[in-house]
Amino acid sequence: MAAKLILSVDGVVINEHPINKERMTIGRKAHNDIILDNLAVSGEHAAIVTILNDSFLEDLDSTNGLEVNGVVVKKHFMQPNDVISIGKYQIKYINDQANQTNPADFEKTMVLRAPVKQVATTATEAVEKTGKFGIPSTAETAQVAVPANAATAPTTPSAPASSAASAQATASALQTATVQILTGPNAGKELELVKNLTTLGKPGVQVAVLTRRPHGYFITHVEGAVFPSVNGQVLTDKPHQMNDHDVIELAGVKMEFYFKG
Amino acid sequence: MKVEDALEIVSQTNPGMVRSHNEDSVACEAACGLVVLADGMGGYNAGEVASGIAVSVTAMEIAHRLKNTSPVERDETTGEELGVLLLRDNIQKANASIFHAAQSQPQYTGMGTTIVAGLFYDNRVAVGHVGDSRMYRLRDEVLESITRDHSLLQEQIDSGIISIEDARHSKNKNLVTRAVGIDAEVMAEIHVYDVQVGDIYLLCSDGLNDMIEDEDICATLYAMQGNLPLAAEQLIQMANDNGGRDNVSVILVKIKSEFAAPRGWFAKVIDWFNK
Repeated sequence: MAAKLILSVDGVVINEHPINKERMTIGRKAHNDIILDNLAVSGEHAAIVTILNDSFLEDLDSTNGLEVNGVVVKKHFMQPNDVISIGKYQIKYINDQANQTNPADFEKTMVLRAPVKQVATTATEAVEKTGKFGIPSTAETAQVAVPANAATAPTTPSAPASSAASAQATASALQTATVQILTGPNAGKELELVKNLTTLGKPGVQVAVLTRRPHGYFITHVEGAVFPSVNGQVLTDKPHQMNDHDVIELAGVKMEFYFKG
Repeated sequence: MKVEDALEIVSQTNPGMVRSHNEDSVACEAACGLVVLADGMGGYNAGEVASGIAVSVTAMEIAHRLKNTSPVERDETTGEELGVLLLRDNIQKANASIFHAAQSQPQYTGMGTTIVAGLFYDNRVAVGHVGDSRMYRLRDEVLESITRDHSLLQEQIDSGIISIEDARHSKNKNLVTRAVGIDAEVMAEIHVYDVQVGDIYLLCSDGLNDMIEDEDICATLYAMQGNLPLAAEQLIQMANDNGGRDNVSVILVKIKSEFAAPRGWFAKVIDWFNK
């Protein structure tokens, strides 16, 4: 195992401990793997459990607790160069292996041999344990309602998408684009395209989506009898790349697409 | 209504942006409401061989058996429904074929595959899986994973040593604890769920859910539920846009109407005439 812990006090390195056991303990008492002889440290203060190349830090209900990178934690999944602080001690976690290994190696599925065993999981349990993900609230999707008849003006696209905080972590260097409604009662409203996929229209009736891809934004017709048009050109069923100041017309509503400068 | 007419099934598979060949296999037997997806592993082309065997054995055997029998019939000895029994037996059969091929051909040594299969009948779906290929369900606006991976990471999450948030950064994503064809026996996990009209079921290999967040899968399926082929294309495109480091395969099944199995002698006669 290439991972190790470097123990220091006030920036002065005291010693190094290679992570060579599945479970290493840190504490004041002599039986610990890493002994910190200081009254601020509990007898058994913390443990580091390592499974293959992943290490987990766990607070063993210590009196004074511990911090990782300045944040108090009870349990932590160690990342290379994390610094654990216990009293006046700092322990830095170094794991070269993560950097040395080719990321592609991790994509190959491999089997971890285990005895064939029957896991009695009930269906409900299985569902409970896996995460549930809801559709983002409609406030975040641009709901351009399709008028039931031509006379009714389209209902509103809701308020601009939520704060930039919801911007995807995967956001590329791509400029943020915005769609502004030009006609109808909501003329002037803006919608920032912060998500990878923004729906225009109403599922089941008339839908087009604006997708953000690494090389630009695309509009695609999804369903509905009438295809939307861009700059007066009716779309085919293929995605159409958007350019700055293109005008989209969907279900009688015009909107302008532009990049935020 | 016949299951064939009640379901809309779309499948698509793609090698991704990095791999030169595709080790995933998919099969859809619309006539009996069966979908199967497998993600093979092993050197050279062994992964393709393993997933190919798994999918063809499972799909063909089940389709063949269901030509003359109904999945709601109960087995005389165990009292289990035939649908569930067929899934379990045929995943086991696929396991034996792969295991024997791997034993007899040196170039296939150690090959194996994950599998996820769904058999739709009588307003229900029987789901069998081994490994980390998943089935998701979009119902109303909520996407849920209805299979639980047989992987080290899932075990770490279950035992509480790692949070779902941290799991995204784990290096152990690719370690499965159960696979088809590795040992002489395999235990497939099988559950039966009720389906509702409007549900969309997504079967995918880990090339999809490792590359895109569940939130994005949910948003895509919801927005494109009216156009399944486009939804499948979009999901694969998103995985490839995010790096496409693995083969990516999806099967989408949409429930268009109810498909209760015919019961009683009258329904059976009608059914017999329709055959």
